[in-house]
Amino acid sequence: MNVQSKTINNTLYISISGELDEHTAEYARLTLDGQLHSLSHNQVIIDLNALSFMDSTGVGVLIGRYKKLKERNVPVFVCNPSPHADKIFKLTNLYEIMPRIN
Amino acid sequence: MKYINEMTLRFKSYSANESFARSAVAAFCVQINPTLDEVIDIKTAVSEAVTNCVVHAYPTHAGMVEIWVGLTEDTAYITVSDSGIGISNPARAREPFFTTKPEQERSGMGFTVIESFMDSLELLKTTGGGTTVKMSKKLGGGLNCQSMTIQSA
Repeated sequence: MNVQSKTINNTLYISISGELDEHTAEYARLTLDGQLHSLSHNQVIIDLNALSFMDSTGVGVLIGRYKKLKERNVPVFVCNPSPHADKIFKLTNLYEIMPRIN
Repeated sequence: MKYINEMTLRFKSYSANESFARSAVAAFCVQINPTLDEVIDIKTAVSEAVTNCVVHAYPTHAGMVEIWVGLTEDTAYITVSDSGIGISNPARAREPFFTTKPEQERSGMGFTVIESFMDSLELLKTTGGGTTVKMSKKLGGGLNCQSMTIQSA
């Protein structure tokens, strides 16, 4: 799995690619936290277009990042989920804390 | 139950084996012509069950995980077994958002995902300790060319 980010107009865009499971979760946590630590962003948009697989461990990783950003009042949105990711997000109510945008 | 094909995988409870395990099971199930959605449902369910072994069954040292798959013409039957510490309260473990490891950012949704993505889920105690996750899914959505698949195999 890989995490890439870019900042445009105070919005942090993060692209997560590959497989997000127990094996990649710790790397994902560390990498995401490294990119989220800046205080200059007023929102975060996570692009799931290249995420080929995720399970409930991935859900835990995303909820953990959401909680850290919530402490700083930075909202998180997601875009381009695959039908598989969409199903996981709906089942776990993840869209309620990180709404889907197009 | 009469199966048209069966297989068993045994591997150490290393997280590195999760991708291998779910991909192997999904590839084995392809012979009864699942849809792509059904394939990824099976991958996800296997991933959840194997994660349980990696994280919960063997918290201090790696142990063995055994996956068995039996196929009928239209259904995949899958068991994921460990010889680990077992689940003290299986009913509680199946509750959405319940986790014994909240400090690790666990979602507590593993069994809920399996229940949602598969047709059946049972938690059994493995003889001599440990847990067996038994699940099944009808794979009726694919093209029905079963006889061709078997003859060419």
